[in-house]
Parts: sequence; C-alpha cells; structure tokens
Amino acid sequence: MSGTGGTGRMSGTGGTGGVRDRVHAAEARTGARTGLGRVLRSVLLVVGLPAVLLTAWWVLTDGSTSYFNPPLRTIVGTFGETWFGSPFAESRFVQDVVPSVLRLLAGYGIALVVGVVLGVAIGSSRALRAYAEPVLEFFRAVPPPVMVPILMLFLGIGTSMKIVVIATGCLWPILLNTVEGVRGLDPVLRDTARAYRLGRAATVRHLVLRGASPQIVTGARQALSIGIILMVISEMFAAKDGLGFSIVQFQRSFAIPEMWSGVILLGVVGVLLSLVFRAVTNATLSWYLGYRQSQHGGA
Amino acid sequence: MTGPDGSAAASAAPSGARLDVRGLRKVYPGSGRSGSGRSGRGRSGSGGAGAPVEAISDLTFEVRPGELVCVVGPSGAGKTTLLRCMAGLLPATSGEVVLGESAITGPPEGMAVVLQEYGRSLFPWMTVAQNVELPLKEKRVTRRRRAELVRETLAAVGLGDVDGAYPWQLSGGMQQRVAIARAAAYEPRVLLMDEPFAAVDAQTRFDLEDLVRALWKRLGITVVFVTHDIDEAIYLGERVLVLSARPTVVLEDVEVGLGPDRDQLETRGTAEFARLRTHVYELVQQAKQGVRSLAAARLTHTVGGADV
Repeated sequence: MSGTGGTGRMSGTGGTGGVRDRVHAAEARTGARTGLGRVLRSVLLVVGLPAVLLTAWWVLTDGSTSYFNPPLRTIVGTFGETWFGSPFAESRFVQDVVPSVLRLLAGYGIALVVGVVLGVAIGSSRALRAYAEPVLEFFRAVPPPVMVPILMLFLGIGTSMKIVVIATGCLWPILLNTVEGVRGLDPVLRDTARAYRLGRAATVRHLVLRGASPQIVTGARQALSIGIILMVISEMFAAKDGLGFSIVQFQRSFAIPEMWSGVILLGVVGVLLSLVFRAVTNATLSWYLGYRQSQHGGA
Repeated sequence: MTGPDGSAAASAAPSGARLDVRGLRKVYPGSGRSGSGRSGRGRSGSGGAGAPVEAISDLTFEVRPGELVCVVGPSGAGKTTLLRCMAGLLPATSGEVVLGESAITGPPEGMAVVLQEYGRSLFPWMTVAQNVELPLKEKRVTRRRRAELVRETLAAVGLGDVDGAYPWQLSGGMQQRVAIARAAAYEPRVLLMDEPFAAVDAQTRFDLEDLVRALWKRLGITVVFVTHDIDEAIYLGERVLVLSARPTVVLEDVEVGLGPDRDQLETRGTAEFARLRTHVYELVQQAKQGVRSLAAARLTHTVGGADV
C-alpha cells in the first residue's frame, strides 16, 4: 500500500479539521514527487547526462580511423546485427545474454535468501553474533573474484560454478547489512510485539523483516552491482556462453566494434536491473521515506 | 465517543481480572544502572560492569478486578521496572505477579500494554488500522470481528477518519490514541499503562486522561496506570499507590474518594482533590529524601480524613 494511496482515501470522509490538516501536510511532504512537471524534470535529469556523453562520444570518434577506437556510428551499426541477428532464437541475445542474466538472477536470489535468513538469525542472537562476526568480517574482506579460480577447482567451469561465484560474492553485503538492521530494531517495538504475544513467525514477518528492510535493501543494492561484476568475471575465466564470454571472444578475434557493443549492452543490462530494483524498493519502502522525513522534520 | 458501537464492544469484552503483586523484588545483576536509571529502561547493557542494583526491594499490593489504580513515585523509583515485571517482559528476582489465578512468567493472555514511547511502539510500516489489527490476527479473531473492532476502537478514540494513515503522519497525541485503540481492541482483562502521556502536551494530556477514564468505564477492565504526575494519578485513579525511592517499597496505598465521575475543571477544583494532592505531594517529597515507610514520613500538613 503506497503512502499516497493510503492517505488519499480519508480526504473525502468527515472528521476533525486538525486531523486532516496534519495528515495532508504530511502527504504533501511525501507525495510531492507525483506532479507531472516533476516527472518531466526527473526524466530530463536522468536522460540528460547520458545524452551529453553519447553525443560527445559520437562527435569525437566520428572521424576516427583508430582500429581499437572505432566511431560510435560503426559500433551502433553493428549492435543490432551482433546481438539480435536472425533467427532470433540463435541470436547472441538469446544464446549469451539470457544465460548470463539467468545465472546472475539465480546467484543473486540464492544470496538474498541465504543472506536474509542467516542475517535474521545472527542479528537476533547476541551469542551467535559474537561467535560469527569475526569470521564474517574476514570473508567480507576477501575480494569475491578471488573465489573464481578456487571454486573452479571444486565445481568445474559450468553453470553451477558461475552461480556459486555470484552467490558467494553477493552474500556478504546482504548478510552483514541484515545483521545490522535486525540488531538496530527498536527495543520498544520488540517489547510491544512480545507484550501482544506475537508468535515467532509473526514477529519475524511483521517486525524483524519489515524493520530491517531499509538495511536489507541497502545490502541488496550493493550486492547487485557486485553480482553484475561477478557475472562477467566468472565468464572471462572459462565459459562457453555468456555476455562476458562474448566480449572476451570479440576482443580476441579483433572484432573491435562488436566488443564495444558488448560493453554498451552490459551497461544497459546494469541500468535496467537497477531500474527494476528501484521499482521494487519504492514499492516496499514507501513508508520509510515518509517516516524518515517525519523524523527529520522536527516534532 | 461511546455511540452505537459501545454496547457491542462491552458485551463481548471480558471483564477485568485481579492482579496480585506478592513480595516482588528485582535486582539488576552487576550492570551499571547508576544515576536516575531512566536511560537503562531495565535493559541491562553488556558493558559497564558494576555492583548489582536493587531496583525493587519488596512490593506487595493487589489490584481488584475492574479497578483503576495509579502508581506514582519519584523519578527513578523503579516504576517502569514494576510495570515491565507485571507485563511479563522482565522476570522478577523473587516474588510473583499473579493475574487471575496464574503467576505471570511471560507476557500473559488478556493483558495489553501502552508504553510511554508512543512513537516507537507503533509499527511505522503499518497503517493505523493495521497497527490496531495486528495483535487481533495473532489472537485469531475472525476477519469480520477484526474489522469491527478496528473501526469501533478507532472511532472511540476519535480517530475514525485516519485509519489509512501511517502513525508518523499523526501528532504525538494522536499516535498515543492509536496505541490506546490497539490496547482496547485487544479486549484485555488488564491494561497496563507506563507514563503514557509523559511526552504529550498538557492540553492533549487532559483529553487523553478523560479518554482513559471513559474507556475504563465502558470496558470494565482492570487498569494499572504508572505516572510521575501526582495530579494525573489522583484525577485518574480510584486508588493511588505511592512508591518510595529505589529500592522500591509501597509507601502508602491512598484511596481516592472523588467518586466515579471526574471532570477536568470540577474535580481538580474540589477540596478533596487539593487535600489528596498535598498529601501525595508531601509523600513523594519525603520519598525523594529516602523515607521508606509511612511511619517515618514527617508530614507537615495534617491529613483530615479517609487515609490513615
């Protein structure tokens, strides 16, 4: 339930003026971004800089004769042919990009579930935390790409290795942030949940997960960028398909414009994933934005 | 306030239960709960080892079914500790709290709690209605009855039109009303309130005091109301328990003979109110200076009447 949808309902009903004034004031604070002008401006803000950069790239490389730095015109020209060539089912998009993204989502999903479950357990128990925290700090300090050659020894070079690499890399920010979020839960809320005899399941669902969700989202956001990096890196070592694999293959076969087009596509994939992420976040954390504003706005 | 829904809620609600506090003692083991003890809130931190602190020495009193009793004492008197023990949130060192027939070992059935920190006791990710409804879901109240209870209690606390708002969109007084509505909807037999109005402005406080009296009368439940405000204690209570400073004992159990109907102007203007106020005020002052029994208290103003 979004903040504006929830509060909008009461404007029609009668009641004390003071009540509604206050609510509307709060609504004005939280819901201000819904105006059409605002939307237009934020779209311009989002699109503006990329447009400038692309134009600069286009103009600066237009007359380029460098083999390794072809004109953007050439790169864009090969883009469609390279990735969406016919038949579509045999195009690189289906053969390489889709498997990459699926592996990313699988690894990321595993990290999300394991990280949140472990994080809730560790965050809820002081003893478990004292026990596990030094180890967690150690594992977080290990750069995830280092795990690729190690995991290759155990899991080979197949899909499972790549998924595990992505999952182990994504796990730590999610896990550690979840621990922080659970630990930071307000003791008054915990008391309230206990006093009203909320069961374990209800406490986790309604109190722990919701209360820790801002930090969980922070961890998940960090994990997503790590996941994209690992998706590519895991394919650069050894693979038979994938976006990162394709880019390396193009580079090795001196298909330079195709290589550049792969880098652009990679960036586009990243942007799309972060857009999806933001949409999900906005839906689940709408309360948090308003809550934070109400806390900072005095009272 | 009462309206057509009043009867429905009253008929379904169980009446108040008896609450017995017997020889209650609470010692915080070796964690520095020094100073006023307000910041500790009974939650012993891991650091700062120190001598054990005896918050409550020996408390024995009873609250009769359907009674409204106020507990007043100097700050740091272990009032919050007492309430947390009664709520089953904090285990007693010795002694027991008995609700109805059974001793309390954890948060018992049929008890609702309203805490001082209204802003922190409501779930900020839930709307007002969801906050009120959540404990009812756990109690396995049917969906239809839940909707009824939420609507009735929110209307009873004067918040019928903000059910879809989030708590943080409301003023402090309104947030505390939501907490009260949540407690009322829970249909408890005992309601514990821990300085619920300490953080709201004076005018809102008067309204909320009348709201508590009205709900108490309508629901017929047992209410224990902890406060540091002497006037509030006398205005609300049928009885006022005056506590000593830490380690806490009951200094005096004062009967409040102000009748069942209270009015902010009339009641506070009566001679009886003034007399009680003077008496309790003196007791609390003596308690601050370390007096631990009524016999040892040197009261300069004579007490003409009921409580001797």
